[in-house]
Amino acid sequence: MSSYKSPMVEQESDVAQPTLGMNPKKFSMWLFLLSVVMIFASLTSGYIVRKSEGNWVDFELPPIFWVTTIILVLSSVTHHIAFYQAKKDNLDQVKGWMIITSLLGIGFLVTQFYAWVYLVGINVYFVGNNVAGSFLYVLTGLHALHLISAIIFVLIITVKTFQFKVHSKNILGIELSTTYWHFLDALWIYLFAFLLFFH
Amino acid sequence: MANLDHNPAIAVDTHAHGHDHHDDHDHEEGTFLTKYIFSEDHKVIAKQFLISGIFWAIIGGTLSTIFRIQLGFPNTDMSFLKPILGGWIEGGKLNPEFYLAMVTMHGTIMVFFVLTAGLSGTFSNFLIPLQIGARDMASGFLNMLSYWFFFASSVIMLCSLFIETGPASGGWVIYPPLSALPQAAPGSGTGMTMWLFAMALFIVSSLLGSINYVSTVINMRTKGMTFTRLPLTIWAFFFTAIIGILSFPVLLSAALLLMFDRSMGTSFYLSEIYINGEALPNVGGSAILFQHLFWFLGHPEVYIVLLPALGITSEIIAVNSRKPIFGYKAMIGSIMAITLLSFIVWAHHMFVTGMNPFLGSIFMFLTLIIAIPSAVKAFNYITTLWRGNIVFTPGMLFSIGLVSFFISGGLTGVVLGNSAIDIQLHDTYFVVAHFHLVMGSASFFGMVAGVYHWFPKMFGRMLNEKLGYIHFWMTFIGVYCVFFPLHYTGIAGFPRRYYSFTSYDAFKTFGDLNAFVSTAAIVTFVAQFLFVFNFFYSIFRGRRAPMNPWRANTLEWTTPINPGHGNWVGEIPHVYRWPYDYSKPGAEEDFILQTTPFSATLSSNLEGEVDLVEETNASKAHA
Ligand code: HEM
Ligand SMILES: [Cu+2]
Repeated sequence: MSSYKSPMVEQESDVAQPTLGMNPKKFSMWLFLLSVVMIFASLTSGYIVRKSEGNWVDFELPPIFWVTTIILVLSSVTHHIAFYQAKKDNLDQVKGWMIITSLLGIGFLVTQFYAWVYLVGINVYFVGNNVAGSFLYVLTGLHALHLISAIIFVLIITVKTFQFKVHSKNILGIELSTTYWHFLDALWIYLFAFLLFFH
Repeated sequence: MANLDHNPAIAVDTHAHGHDHHDDHDHEEGTFLTKYIFSEDHKVIAKQFLISGIFWAIIGGTLSTIFRIQLGFPNTDMSFLKPILGGWIEGGKLNPEFYLAMVTMHGTIMVFFVLTAGLSGTFSNFLIPLQIGARDMASGFLNMLSYWFFFASSVIMLCSLFIETGPASGGWVIYPPLSALPQAAPGSGTGMTMWLFAMALFIVSSLLGSINYVSTVINMRTKGMTFTRLPLTIWAFFFTAIIGILSFPVLLSAALLLMFDRSMGTSFYLSEIYINGEALPNVGGSAILFQHLFWFLGHPEVYIVLLPALGITSEIIAVNSRKPIFGYKAMIGSIMAITLLSFIVWAHHMFVTGMNPFLGSIFMFLTLIIAIPSAVKAFNYITTLWRGNIVFTPGMLFSIGLVSFFISGGLTGVVLGNSAIDIQLHDTYFVVAHFHLVMGSASFFGMVAGVYHWFPKMFGRMLNEKLGYIHFWMTFIGVYCVFFPLHYTGIAGFPRRYYSFTSYDAFKTFGDLNAFVSTAAIVTFVAQFLFVFNFFYSIFRGRRAPMNPWRANTLEWTTPINPGHGNWVGEIPHVYRWPYDYSKPGAEEDFILQTTPFSATLSSNLEGEVDLVEETNASKAHA
């Protein structure tokens, strides 16, 4: 065993260095987002695979998608302002912006619903004529489902703000909520761009 | 969420008691319900997964013995099974539809419930906090939820076995249209619906678990536990969890679209189909799309099953060869390579679906590359064993058995990976032989090895060794007797999932071989009850375990014999070295715990390590 060498020697010997570490909850949130990314990545890849096989009926995307996109981007801004105000301990501001955010979120869902109404109007159904339509319903529907969970999250944080449980020293909850909200915003923009490009 | 504990380790600290846990019955407070049922202690959750896994393994094994009787002894009068199977036995014969259902459930149960939940759920949960030096998982609550989602999923899957139309029967890969149309088979109705719901819950459970594992490994290591000092078990669990996070959501999408096709009438997977001359309303769906989505999970899934077993083996082989693991960094590198490659080879399961042959050769190329990191691992196991002072504990024997299966099953993988050869071999018993050796048996051996090795830490008692040896030899020989002959029937072209060998002239000659296989399968299955008995008996009556029975280096052996919630009494130990300092020249003993600083081992320090001691002394003097 003359060639025995311990390859694992690092800088320190008797001083055990602290290991790197993020907040585990924050980290878990990012991992959760990763798995949501995989859901939508697989659905959009499935869309491409299926489309390349032909028998694909194209239709106009609902123009109202532009409106919904603007609403969602706005809500991302308002959520971020709320987060910013929480860091500065302006609790009244936090409450206001959080409520506005959730209202914008609900507004987004309502306008998305009108997009579905539009689709029905041009005879694109979830079930029936062509799977191109079904895909659109699935993508928007799943995104809406996630957004509903985000709105619930925002409401929980809002309630906590009223209970003085959100402030500059207790920022994690609102930070996670902001991350989730931005993520769903970005996800929608990706889906919209994807649909514009591939429909 | 409101409660900000930036360092959860400290938060849990309060649970650890200040007194020693020498006594078995010395438990912390808490009702039975919070201690054993809705426990947030990673060790209890690990045991819950383990015992559920054993339960499922018995069910899965029983199913296989029944259909092996059908394959090996087709003329048997099976009326004696009527009390259990009821209407599925018709005139002493097994109903062919139910045969398919049993094969399907056997696959599902073994792959997901035993070798995914039973293996990762047990050992990632048990070992991650203990080996990295953490009080518990990043989130004990999510961890508990993970088990109970698995439990709910288990209940649904189990119930589906007993409904009148039988459980799902389209194969564990649930290809549509078989799985999409209730008309396809009795099991494709309610049974399939329950399968999908159970698997959706299973996926949630698996994601909760995986997110926790990754987050714990990255963020909760004790001082000094750098990445390059992690035991290979942890590296393996870590990458397994990453694979799970990236691949299980895809199965969820696939299942979701399948649910829509089944119950809403969409046509994601269903194209123009006529049943009894009548056209279904569906048009233009793509069954191949499902296969792509499924195998994007399905192939990584086989590594989710195998990697933890490989990690466990690395640890056990190093400990019991009394030698450092050969090529530690190469081992990590090959785990990473396997993880990466596992996402870009899925279409080797689809060579014969009419895919573009050029695309086929790309997937063939990528598939064959996996042989390289796999071979690195196999060689490293062998070189670790080479000239070691091998201690043949039952755990060690099972680990060596794993290496054997990994090699013999891996070789046939290389054969199958050739898209041209696969035309002959696809969907034959050759594939069955391949994956039962490399995935089924290898991972099963890893799991059993892990139980033999860590049982003392789990229950504070030792398993009976003699029973362990008998269990090993019966299982090891049994597995080869069962799966080796299947290669021949496969090469001869016998398709998998067929009810009967005897109805085709070409395969009648295999009758004796099949009888032999079935006999071996039943003997091997029965031998497992030695283990089950040993397991439950030893929990209560086994010899009491010493603190460090295998004289191993890793952190879990520095905890009290029966660790409480919080694992260590007092401060968490710090780590000063990698986990594989076995038989270090000049050392007093043939193992040096990770918690031993270099200044305590002056006689065995290597060049670089001597410098380190001096440097730290200098800096201490300076301060
Ligand atoms: C050198 C490495 C390997 C190669 C090249 C390889 C190749 C293949 C190929 C080409 C198939 C498809 C055969 C067919 O259906 O016609 C296959 C099937 C399979 N392999 Fe492997 N394999 C390898 C290692 C593994 C490992 C390590 C595992 C599990 C831990 C595994 C598990 C499976 C399973 C479960 C199936 C069958 C799935 C099914 O159809 O039900 N393989 N393998
Ligand atoms: Cu594969």
